[in-house]
Amino acid sequence: MFWRVEVREKSDVFDALGESVHKSILDLRLDHVQKVHVIQVYIFEGDLGQREVEKIAAELLTDNVSQEYSITEGQYPVFDHSNSKHLTIEIAFNPGVMDPVEASTLKGVRDLGVQGVKAVHTAKQYHLYGPVTSQERQLIVDKVLANKLIQHEVRETAQPHKAQAASAVPQAVKVITVDILAADEKRLLEISQKGQLFLNLNEMKTIQGYFKNLGRNPTDCELETVAQTWSEHCNHKTFRGKIRCEVVENGQTKIIEIDNLFKSTIAKATHDLNKPWCVSVFHDNAGIIEFDDEHDVCFKVETHNHPSALEPFGGANTGIGGVLRDTMGTGLGAKPVCNTDIFCFAPPDFPHDRLPAGTLHPKRIMKGVVSGVRDYGNKMGIPTVNGSIIFDKHFVGNPLVYCGNIGIIPRGKESKETYTGDLIVAVGGRTGRDGIHGATFSSGELTSESEVVSSGAVQIGDPIQEKKVLDVQLKARDEGLYTAVTDCGAGGFSSAVGEMGAKTGARVDLDKAPLKYKGLSYMEIWISESQERMVFSVPPKNIDRFLELFAQENVEATVIGEFTKTGRLELFYSDEKVCDLDMSFLHDGVPKITKQAVWRSKENAEPQIKPAQDLTPQLEGALSHFNVCSKEWVVRQYDHEVQGGSVIKPFVGVDCDGPSDAAVVAPKMGSQKGFAVSNGINIRYGMIDPFWMAAGCVDEAVRQIVAVGGNPQRIALLDNFCWGNPDKPDRLGGLVRCAQGCYQAAVEYGAPFISGKDSLYNEYAEGGESIAIPGTILISAIGIMDDVSKAVTMDLKKEGNLIYIVGVTRDELGGSVYYDINGCLGASVPRVDFKQGQAVFEAVYAATQKGLAASIHDCSDGGMAVALAEMAFSGGLGLEARLSRVPFEGKDKRNDTLLFSETHSRLLIEVDPKDQKIFEGVFKGVPFGLIGKVTKVAEVVIFGLDDKTPCVKGGIRQLKSKWQAPLAW
Amino acid sequence: MSKKPKVLVLRTAGTNCDQETGFAFQYFGAQADFVHVNSLLSGKVQLRDYHILAIPGGFTYGDDIISGRILANELKLRLGKDLQEFIDEEKLIIGICNGFQVLVRAGILPGELQGKTVWTPKTEQTCTLTYNDSAKFEDRWVHLKKSGGSVWVDGVDELLYIPVAHAEGKFLTRNSDILDQLISNGQVVFRYCLSDGSEPSYPHNPNGSVEHIAGITDRTGRVLGMMPHPERHFLSRQHPFWTRMDRKGSLGQGAKIFENGVRYVKDHLL
Repeated sequence: MFWRVEVREKSDVFDALGESVHKSILDLRLDHVQKVHVIQVYIFEGDLGQREVEKIAAELLTDNVSQEYSITEGQYPVFDHSNSKHLTIEIAFNPGVMDPVEASTLKGVRDLGVQGVKAVHTAKQYHLYGPVTSQERQLIVDKVLANKLIQHEVRETAQPHKAQAASAVPQAVKVITVDILAADEKRLLEISQKGQLFLNLNEMKTIQGYFKNLGRNPTDCELETVAQTWSEHCNHKTFRGKIRCEVVENGQTKIIEIDNLFKSTIAKATHDLNKPWCVSVFHDNAGIIEFDDEHDVCFKVETHNHPSALEPFGGANTGIGGVLRDTMGTGLGAKPVCNTDIFCFAPPDFPHDRLPAGTLHPKRIMKGVVSGVRDYGNKMGIPTVNGSIIFDKHFVGNPLVYCGNIGIIPRGKESKETYTGDLIVAVGGRTGRDGIHGATFSSGELTSESEVVSSGAVQIGDPIQEKKVLDVQLKARDEGLYTAVTDCGAGGFSSAVGEMGAKTGARVDLDKAPLKYKGLSYMEIWISESQERMVFSVPPKNIDRFLELFAQENVEATVIGEFTKTGRLELFYSDEKVCDLDMSFLHDGVPKITKQAVWRSKENAEPQIKPAQDLTPQLEGALSHFNVCSKEWVVRQYDHEVQGGSVIKPFVGVDCDGPSDAAVVAPKMGSQKGFAVSNGINIRYGMIDPFWMAAGCVDEAVRQIVAVGGNPQRIALLDNFCWGNPDKPDRLGGLVRCAQGCYQAAVEYGAPFISGKDSLYNEYAEGGESIAIPGTILISAIGIMDDVSKAVTMDLKKEGNLIYIVGVTRDELGGSVYYDINGCLGASVPRVDFKQGQAVFEAVYAATQKGLAASIHDCSDGGMAVALAEMAFSGGLGLEARLSRVPFEGKDKRNDTLLFSETHSRLLIEVDPKDQKIFEGVFKGVPFGLIGKVTKVAEVVIFGLDDKTPCVKGGIRQLKSKWQAPLAW
Repeated sequence: MSKKPKVLVLRTAGTNCDQETGFAFQYFGAQADFVHVNSLLSGKVQLRDYHILAIPGGFTYGDDIISGRILANELKLRLGKDLQEFIDEEKLIIGICNGFQVLVRAGILPGELQGKTVWTPKTEQTCTLTYNDSAKFEDRWVHLKKSGGSVWVDGVDELLYIPVAHAEGKFLTRNSDILDQLISNGQVVFRYCLSDGSEPSYPHNPNGSVEHIAGITDRTGRVLGMMPHPERHFLSRQHPFWTRMDRKGSLGQGAKIFENGVRYVKDHLL
């Protein structure tokens, strides 16, 4: 029988959740909705009497100080239609979508000693006060309360909670084969398309050839396994294949042949630099570099774009969960110590009526993504210390969500190897239908509609499950109980086991995998992307201890097979063989393809802007540009201090609200050793030239680390490409150019790449046309710091101190914020003078180690003007500066150019006058200018080139409020 | 018993401030053991072997249902007798953030407000920590004003700067009598304030707590619960603008609380 328990806040207690839903409804401009109340609903199924339900409600579900409950028999809500004061809407998860509250509630019920509860479901009821039309009601449900991919509205008589039973129909074991032997080319392509295999004709023919030799057709499972392993996601065919690139520059055309873009650019830089402190690069989940005598650190950044577009909370949530598992699966397992998150969205004020069909509004995406990151990161106890948010209208159909994590790992635990005879153990969450070709699950079977939904769309993470796995894994690691570990990410068991057993062979009994519910086919078990699962290889002698450890903390661990010596991947279900493939074919059989690329240098015009006498309004415009403005609303929601290691936080300065250049973390309590982490991203440079975007992003990431006191000689980089369809030559040409920029900058700066990732095919359809996102490179950097007590922040410290700019300013406004607020892009993209950049960084590092810098801030988006203003208002002090003192090269020496040019390799440094001589000595041979000083008057005053009249004059409170206002939600 | 003060740092699914909390006690010479609640339930580890029970921050059981509720029930219903003994033996308990939520849901804080007993498993929950008025998780530094004196807070600076990081930290009592009694008993030990100690509003009172209450003790002062994280201002370098300050001393303002706990054990329980 069913019981409903409804829990609400008492009438005299402020309903904060209701208020936050109300705010989101007001965002839809439905001002006549006066207030909202939220009611938590629990539905119990089982052999229960009223007294037992009372006990559960009173002692488990309700806080008797602030809440009250009511109990009714039955499964469905009964709405009081006579009460017209409010409208009632109940929202529940779709069947099959993980609801972590269920498991916790069952545990709580057991602790109470109540028997007989068979199942619990939860739902949320919303009471809306005020006149709402039925059309508006639907709008509120669709835009605020529910995402139909994972949730539905509960009607009084519908059967929402039963559908799970529908999926529980046991499937008879029937091995399905796919007839490809007899297929012609057309049919082969059809098979690929219908099965969502994303294999091209050449690949399908290779598979056909393989099975022709065997004299049999593949099973569905075999075909799927090959498709997963050969997918762009797992195999990186574009980066590892051949490219014929046509380069058109200054009217001349030349052809470059590239064999393996990855090896000839990204990996080549690392190889050429050959740094002794690189411990493990590219081949593992994350790159590993040396940290101190006992530990190394690893760093990985992933993307989770498409899932976040469809279900922002779940997409970002599982994105974080996934990258944390990458860290847990690096070597024998690293401990995550901090997160970094970078997002690209369309502007939050994007007009609702111009949204392409089927896309969510960017503000909703952003709120969902931020909540998803907050939920997973905070609950796992991983501080989120660094990030960026970029806004551009081109991301309207395709937002980018980068999730990064840094971990520490004891020396000697960096490598892993599976051995024949080791057992395959699945640990953590159970396997369900999550993320199988994006099965929407609404009907228990795939429909034509659900097939268009991207894989992974319906996943919700369970961070506590992952935290439990992590807690025990580190113990098992330190006891030396296993020989290898891999996370289940894209492809699930298929890619995890396939990868681990590549050298040995593997045999898996799929019916042994613990399932969330009955009814999964063998293939669904094999390729499911259910979250929070890890695969371990455990020598038989350790298995008892291994299983015991996990059982002690209520983590499920199950032997599902073993690593063999056959060199084959063999899968069984109920003793039927459902897959038997050569590991060598699987991993090395993919045919190399040659893709066509073309790069034409852009011939953008330089705009003619007549600079105003008073450029204060332009500075204010730059400060309130979405890409520059304060992201405090976001960052405050992230726990950035858990684990106790934060040294430089995301916000610094006298009011804890100034934007720090890079985060500094000392991950081992009581030790001075730490690292700085930063990122460089700028899509507008890439719209002019992806080469200089890449080089500029490297420069930005490196200079931010230097700005907080990091050593330029100990910086490692990560590359994350998000690009359009690489099968289109113009997209691929830009990608090649970008990779070349990465190579050159890394080599020149002596900063090797240690890991990276590419996410291609980021396009969406609008008006029948396929629109690519702007090619985007994210460069993440980590710099090891011997002594974090020498770290420097960007806020001005003391009246009377001197202000220097180091590095030369050039007339490079192309792609700048200044041009953007003037509505243009321009051509003069900032280029990097690597030699000078290196000299600047070395000198800045020397100055920080000598304790000569009171504050340092890098000049990036918005140029020197924005950087000066930020330093002033963060420190609560004023400043006076003179443009005539700024070292300049170029033709167009003007006030606005000097203020807003985004030339790289420049930093502003505050120095105590008593240190002037030593400081200038350190910078001998490096261009610098003493441009001004810190003042007590709380004003930013910048004199123009005439040296007489200020071209900028603004109070720091006013400037700060301009900077804070745009995203102060 | 050994000569070293022994601290049981309680862990369960979702605990995540255990390491830094344990470090804070270790720093002052205590032995800190990180013990999963299952080990207490199975009897593998005995609470009576310890002097201090520390319930650290985190999201035990994902904050599902109500933050801290599931662990509170586990402690009250399954370990009630051990806990009562522990409290009656005049040992110490500290709950930080989620640990504070647990202590409040279990009725251990504020405990019985009058009468002979301090706490029994039957003691009712009289206060709560509910959703912040802002309806969101926020990590920010807040100023605290200390009031009263007791084991944990003696010698702590009168004004403190310490971070909060929570979504459910708004302190409420069931009625105003309880609030009055808490105050007159001297059980309110930390209140949110402005940097000069004066009355705050949001965001300086980050959650809307009644009377700006940030931390309370039981009647004896031996059980302390607080939403702000003293272990996150244990080192001076954790201060958000340490780079603006004279760089002297390596300890932050939260350290004294842990030092007090260890000292009490040395003076009274060893």
